[in-house]
Amino acid sequence: MTVDHRAAPPPTGPVPWDKKFALRLLADMVRIRRMEEKSAELYGAGKIRGFLHLYIGEEATAVGALHALSAEDNIVATYREHGHALVRGMDMGAIMAEMYGKREGCAHGRGGSMHLFDKATRLFGGNAIVGGGLPLAVGLGLAAKMQNENRLTACFFGDGAVAEGAFHESLNLAALWKLPVLFCCENNLYGMGTALERSESQTDLCVKAASYNMPALKVDGMDIVAVHEITKQAVQRVRAGDGPVFVEYQTYRFRAHSMFDAELYRQKAEVEEWKTRGPIHTFSARLKAEGKLTEEDFLALDAAANAEVDAAVAFAEAGTWEPVEDLLKDVHTS
Amino acid sequence: MSRRLNYREAMREAMHEALVADPRVFLMGEDVGMYGGTYAFSKGFLDEFGPERIRDTPLSELGFVGAAIGAALGGMRPIVEVMTVNFSLLALDQIVNSAALYRHMSGGQFSVPLVIRMTTGAGRQLAAQHSHSLEGWYAHIPGIKVLAPATIEDARGMLAPALADPDPVVIFEHAGLFNMEGDLADDWTVDIRSATVRREGKDVAIITHGGSLPKALAAAEQLAATGIDAEVLDLRVLRPLDTATIMASVSKCRHAVVVDEGWRTGSLAAEVMARIMENVFYELDAPVARVCSEEVPIPYAKHLEEAALPQPEKIVAAVRGLFS
Ligand SMILES: Cc1ncc(C[n+]2csc(CCOP(=O)(O)OP(=O)(O)O)c2C)c(N)n1
Ligand SMILES: [Mg+2]
Repeated sequence: MTVDHRAAPPPTGPVPWDKKFALRLLADMVRIRRMEEKSAELYGAGKIRGFLHLYIGEEATAVGALHALSAEDNIVATYREHGHALVRGMDMGAIMAEMYGKREGCAHGRGGSMHLFDKATRLFGGNAIVGGGLPLAVGLGLAAKMQNENRLTACFFGDGAVAEGAFHESLNLAALWKLPVLFCCENNLYGMGTALERSESQTDLCVKAASYNMPALKVDGMDIVAVHEITKQAVQRVRAGDGPVFVEYQTYRFRAHSMFDAELYRQKAEVEEWKTRGPIHTFSARLKAEGKLTEEDFLALDAAANAEVDAAVAFAEAGTWEPVEDLLKDVHTS
Repeated sequence: MSRRLNYREAMREAMHEALVADPRVFLMGEDVGMYGGTYAFSKGFLDEFGPERIRDTPLSELGFVGAAIGAALGGMRPIVEVMTVNFSLLALDQIVNSAALYRHMSGGQFSVPLVIRMTTGAGRQLAAQHSHSLEGWYAHIPGIKVLAPATIEDARGMLAPALADPDPVVIFEHAGLFNMEGDLADDWTVDIRSATVRREGKDVAIITHGGSLPKALAAAEQLAATGIDAEVLDLRVLRPLDTATIMASVSKCRHAVVVDEGWRTGSLAAEVMARIMENVFYELDAPVARVCSEEVPIPYAKHLEEAALPQPEKIVAAVRGLFS
């Protein structure tokens, strides 16, 4: 099957939200963008090491989807999770310090960029094994159901994960047991250097999910309005208790897969075309057209994001190293 | 005569040679083709050999490793690249329950002539899920051979005999070695049976493999400066172990330290030490010591990661401990 790699026209149309809510979501996208641009710079400076997977270009998906959830819900994410962690409510300083490997990081520097965890916001990682989070989400859903808790588990994963056995086993279990799980597939058309049509015989991912007998929805992941509205519907259906829902967010990563990627597998022109659909500037344009955003508003929220980034970097810089004597800590609980 | 190349180039040359030499050989794995190989080992291969023989796979480790086993049973000679040992855990069932057992379960009717290559090891701040050293686990399994090329010569030379072997061979390539350069003699020869002395010495045998070899050699240099003449033995073949060569070194030096990036408990180091006890106990002048990874998942932070892994200083200290 072929997959259209061309970008659709930029999202347009009315924004059915009041100014306050719209600006909040816009601000969250900008916060992620500024944090990650700074992270890339810090990687170059050797402050952040290991693997660093940027979400730049995909911000509408995490922001739109996570704002449709409530604080009691569980989140399971991948190694491309800085944005999810931030929008979920984690402190940017704790994220940045973690990427520095500092003790003040959310995992005291044990996890780094790929393993952000936060009990307070019910973020269960930061899983860097492709597909590894899906069975966990099923189990979190099972626990909620068995304990009559009114929370769902949103599980984020990429298009690449769909080829793993874990995807298929997890969707089947969740549907079979009617578990409150929202499967959020971030389809950015590539798993590392492998384009979707080079890894899937059936490239319509909704067809796969639907075959497990669950509702499967597809949405333009560059359009934050569409992302948020469809996720709200999906959340309602999951909360109704009839089992899981699958949502495919069609999105695109503007940067390399990680910091070691020569990008031999895609054309520069393709990336440039997708950038014309960048979620931040297209959403800003729509809001401006409706009079919900002025240039001053944008500059103010951008300045606030930059200030937050500066503070986070200062926090990480001022952070301390966990003493080596504590090396064996936290292997077992006691 | 010799020439200079790095580990990556050596392995690339070895695969190239195999692909040219035998039409049954093909390379399969995630991002081996269009991406050029996760670590650029197969750069340019897709253009040269085409997508049938340089086969990009989806993220389906269990599926494509199992398919390689099937292809081997069916008459092909697959080289399957599992991006790293960490992800080989998704394929463990096929490796252990199929590849390793087929010869025996079929009463000798079906062999599985398959080579599985994977990156192993820590040291690049990739954190707990990307830093395993599980070659000791694989070396536990009867039915597979386990290799750990740690020199340019072995990176260049181990693949051909592995492919010629009628049974499954798993090759562990330590990521810390990929940029290492060395001289390759024009008349190199490589086997996949023996352990090799990389540095001659008479006072202590430091027994190691893979990414720990350069650390052991560095430790030996430091020890030389203080008057301890260390021998460094590279196991090379982790299953089956070359017991005779290990015992020869230990008998000569009467002291031994085993260095292994695997975690201490149940490690390959433990197996080597047990064999020393079984074979040359009365020739030892001191208990055998070991330097392994600390019993902790590998942390991201650099100073903690370094503290978790074997290091030259720890090896030096372990050796000194035998003489104090
Ligand atoms: C089981 C497993 N196999 C391989 C890898 C190496 N790897 C890390 S990310 C990645 C691509 C995953 O693509 P996708 O699921 O589409 O997510 P994206 O990176 O595009 O967000 C690969 C191959 C891994 N981490 N885990
Ligand atoms: Mg993807």
